[in-house]
Amino acid sequence: MKLDAELMQLVGGVIALLTLSSLIGWGLSRRTLSESGRKTVENLNARMRGWWMMTAVFGLALATGGAGSVLLFCLTSFLALREFITLTPTHLGDHRALFWAFFFVTPLQYYLLWIQWYGLFAIFIPVYVFLLLPIRSAAAGQTERFLERTAKIQWGLMISVYCVSHAPALLMLLEIPGYIGENGKLLFFFVLICELSDVLQYVFGKTLGRHAVAPTVSPGKTWEGLIGGVLATVIVGSALWWATPFNPWQAAGLSLAIALMGFGGGLVMSAIKRDRGVKDWGQAIEGHGGVLDRIDSLCFAAPMFFHLTRYYFTA
Amino acid sequence: MTPQLTASFLRLLSGARATWLGCGPELRQRVYFANHTSNLDGPVLWATLPLAVRQLTRPVAARDYWTANKLRRFFAEQVFNAVLIERKAPTVRDNPIEDMLAAIGDSHSLILFPEGGRFSGPDPQPFKSGLFHLAKKRPEIELVPVLLDNMNRVLPKGELLPVPIISSVTFGSPIRLEPNERRDEFLVRAREAVIGIRQQ
Repeated sequence: MKLDAELMQLVGGVIALLTLSSLIGWGLSRRTLSESGRKTVENLNARMRGWWMMTAVFGLALATGGAGSVLLFCLTSFLALREFITLTPTHLGDHRALFWAFFFVTPLQYYLLWIQWYGLFAIFIPVYVFLLLPIRSAAAGQTERFLERTAKIQWGLMISVYCVSHAPALLMLLEIPGYIGENGKLLFFFVLICELSDVLQYVFGKTLGRHAVAPTVSPGKTWEGLIGGVLATVIVGSALWWATPFNPWQAAGLSLAIALMGFGGGLVMSAIKRDRGVKDWGQAIEGHGGVLDRIDSLCFAAPMFFHLTRYYFTA
Repeated sequence: MTPQLTASFLRLLSGARATWLGCGPELRQRVYFANHTSNLDGPVLWATLPLAVRQLTRPVAARDYWTANKLRRFFAEQVFNAVLIERKAPTVRDNPIEDMLAAIGDSHSLILFPEGGRFSGPDPQPFKSGLFHLAKKRPEIELVPVLLDNMNRVLPKGELLPVPIISSVTFGSPIRLEPNERRDEFLVRAREAVIGIRQQ
């Protein structure tokens, strides 16, 4: 992949943003004195370190082109699935099925991406794995809560592997006229908008938030945060149209789709966490919790963004 | 080199994180005793100890299992530096307690699974008396209860291939044998110390 000037500008912009935020965080840590304020600032700074680390990894993956990106997202799926299954009570009878899910289904989904076999990539997990994994579980002979167990494994695979794999699919599976060889920017745009939407919703929610959207699921998600965050995301997204195959209006519309699906993803994954009685999916990323805590919105937005782009913009 | 690589690999595979609740990872002589549900228990507990502690800590393991083939023997002897004991038919000459005492010497610690076998229930089985005899002979050694969680989902009994589920290793507050404490009372107390970690 060519590292063109526009991609460099995107990366440069993110680094500038991170530098600015880190400086603010550093300034706050020197000035805040109250106990609860210090905790918030400490968490903010831990999050910033997490962002630097994730940006470095993602940038490195993009720089190595398709192979690096496919590998990075494959590993992300693997870690996300691991967090999902850990929090999902499975039966000992599922052991073999789980082994297949981790070491066969996950790599194969990304292999299909790597060889750019779109047809099988799109139906492998929703059709073939959906049919074959329960057969393996049934053969193990334990019928207790069978449907529940099977459904949970399939759900984990759909979210952590199938949905996540649609992000690098932006790089591997789309041929957009006038944009050939530039898909790295599209992937970067998608991940940036997705994460930015999370951050902006958080910031608007913390500063203006009064009315919770779904208080029983996630008291932190407010109407003020949602509306403010989504609007701001749409403005940033449309301002970045020059890096995408879209015009400013299209970029705004797609940013809206990403932000809304991302919000929905965060809500659904919070509902699961709340049901399991945990606050975070894991402790993999400093300040952010687990891998799934960081990518819950990406899981939901990726297939939507991929298909909208594929339907309206490819030849 | 091999032990360090093995430890890193085991931590990666099991996702195990050590949580030191009741004590810190100190370089004093200890017996770490834990519930036992998987063949990975000993290796993973060993792998989550800090390097300096790990180098002086020896897992106690069943000789029949760990000498069954060359590979296991290599890992037991060269990597984990395990204390291999006879669990089926102990004799005067082949006394597990003597072997463990010899292995502790004046610098080492032990990892012990007092249930004497793997069980997959939610709570550990009643403890066998080995822990009591060790405590009686070496009363100055700290006995540290350890709770292993999710290990039987990583590698259940009877399975060959592991699944990378995140497991946890939690260290509780050390206990000691009280003066005049009877064997059965002590063993019940030790078992409850392991179970009690879950509530903390």
